[in-house]
Amino acid sequence: MSAVLRATGIVKSFGEREVLRGVDVTLARHEVVALIGASGSGKSTLLRCLGLLEPIDDGQIFLDDQDISDPRVDANRVRARLGAVFQSYNLFPHLSVLANVTLASRVVHRMPRRAAEARALSLLDRIGLADLAREHPDRLSGGQQQRAAIVRAIATDPEVLLLDEITSALDPELVGEVLELVRQLAADGATILMATHEMSFARDVAHRVVFLDAGTIVEQGPPSEVLVAPREPRTREFLTRFTT
Amino acid sequence: MTDTPPARAAHEPSALELERRAYRRRRSRQSVLVAIASSLALAIIVWATVINTPGWAVVQETFFNPEIALTALPRVWDGFLLNLQVLGLSIVTVGVFALLLATLRTLRGPVFFPVRVVVAAYTDIFRGLPFIIVLFLFGFGLPTLTNTRIPPIVLGTLCVTLTYSAYVAEVIRAGIEAVHPSQRLAARALGLGYVQTLRRVVLPQALRKMTPPLMNDFVSMQKDVGLISILGAVDAVRAAQTVTAQTYNFTPYVVAGILFILLAIPTIRLTDWYTARLRDREQAGSLV
Repeated sequence: MSAVLRATGIVKSFGEREVLRGVDVTLARHEVVALIGASGSGKSTLLRCLGLLEPIDDGQIFLDDQDISDPRVDANRVRARLGAVFQSYNLFPHLSVLANVTLASRVVHRMPRRAAEARALSLLDRIGLADLAREHPDRLSGGQQQRAAIVRAIATDPEVLLLDEITSALDPELVGEVLELVRQLAADGATILMATHEMSFARDVAHRVVFLDAGTIVEQGPPSEVLVAPREPRTREFLTRFTT
Repeated sequence: MTDTPPARAAHEPSALELERRAYRRRRSRQSVLVAIASSLALAIIVWATVINTPGWAVVQETFFNPEIALTALPRVWDGFLLNLQVLGLSIVTVGVFALLLATLRTLRGPVFFPVRVVVAAYTDIFRGLPFIIVLFLFGFGLPTLTNTRIPPIVLGTLCVTLTYSAYVAEVIRAGIEAVHPSQRLAARALGLGYVQTLRRVVLPQALRKMTPPLMNDFVSMQKDVGLISILGAVDAVRAAQTVTAQTYNFTPYVVAGILFILLAIPTIRLTDWYTARLRDREQAGSLV
């Protein structure tokens, strides 16, 4: 498997606080990687750094072997090749769901409106949101909003999807519909790096689990090993909070 | 996945609900009657007080003389058209210039440091300077400086623009900063550039937050346009002044005042309607 996204020695501090202390992470094409760890362990920061939404203090990030952490690289063009979904959806409240989904296609990728809308509608139709395409996001439930946000991220066929705790703001009954969509995307061959607290989902869907603690990767491997029989005591300690 | 609830059969209200509705109707009828009574009472008190003021007869003659109002109206109206022209031009120039100022002030990066300082100084100065002084300085200074006669409509628009752009730029800047940073983040994550994000995501949302204060500035601008009479322009105020000088009667000023009020009311109503419509569209449910 060839690496789509590869990061080496990522360091990131906010003021005095060092959030990432030299993180190496690789993502192969069609691979689904779950990033687990306690709140404040650096999961969100790592995702933001990889998505070029936060400048890094050291290290390198490669997308298809191109060093995207090089300041001479046009960050906008790199971001256009990545998809990101956030914990609080971040849909644009002044735009309809359809306009949210087509914004990047039309403005960044210069796709004609008709083509962009046709594609968006077929994507929305697949997840049962086509009827709500003309509504503004506030009329949708949390689960619907988050699914719309995922569709917005995949509408431009990104090479990598960065999902940042996308179910953390949802009621338990709405979590399922969002995870089901991620499961479908994974089955369709998307390359996904997701920070999550849904351990059973990580076990079912992820090819690899990465455990982040205090800004370093403590342990990684297939879910059957990391989640079931962790080698490191810190991983074990973290996981006990989920099994009880 | 189904996202719509199943259709409900037509519901017959229960006896309890019917009784509640009847009670609410009685209550609202009562409220209307009380409101009418209290309004009438207030009107009578005001009327009786004013009529019995010793100088009322003289005031009525010098400020509310219908004949003079009628003779003054055509001239005041002609002048008012000039105010409207200056206003119309100013809406465009203030809009463009203020947006430019606000955008310049939000630019980041060390290169733009001098730009930010100049813009900050500009807004400070022109918000602090009384409008009438701006009119004197630019209205009389500029023709002297260029040694040409500049039409009052141009000078008036220029002065209104200089002053009001400073106010409006601050409103726009506050509106831009009031948009949650996560919105910028989401836009940038989609690959939108700085300017695209500003235009497609931040400004449209900022505009909704800005509408009330912006309209407030607009209403204020509508009446300050009346000050261009200082420049020698024959606007509504100057026309009223001329008629007053001929008749020794202040009614023309009242006529001009009424015209300005009539101009402001639609704007105010339009603002209310527009903000209500935006709220309806973007917000589900009602506020208690």
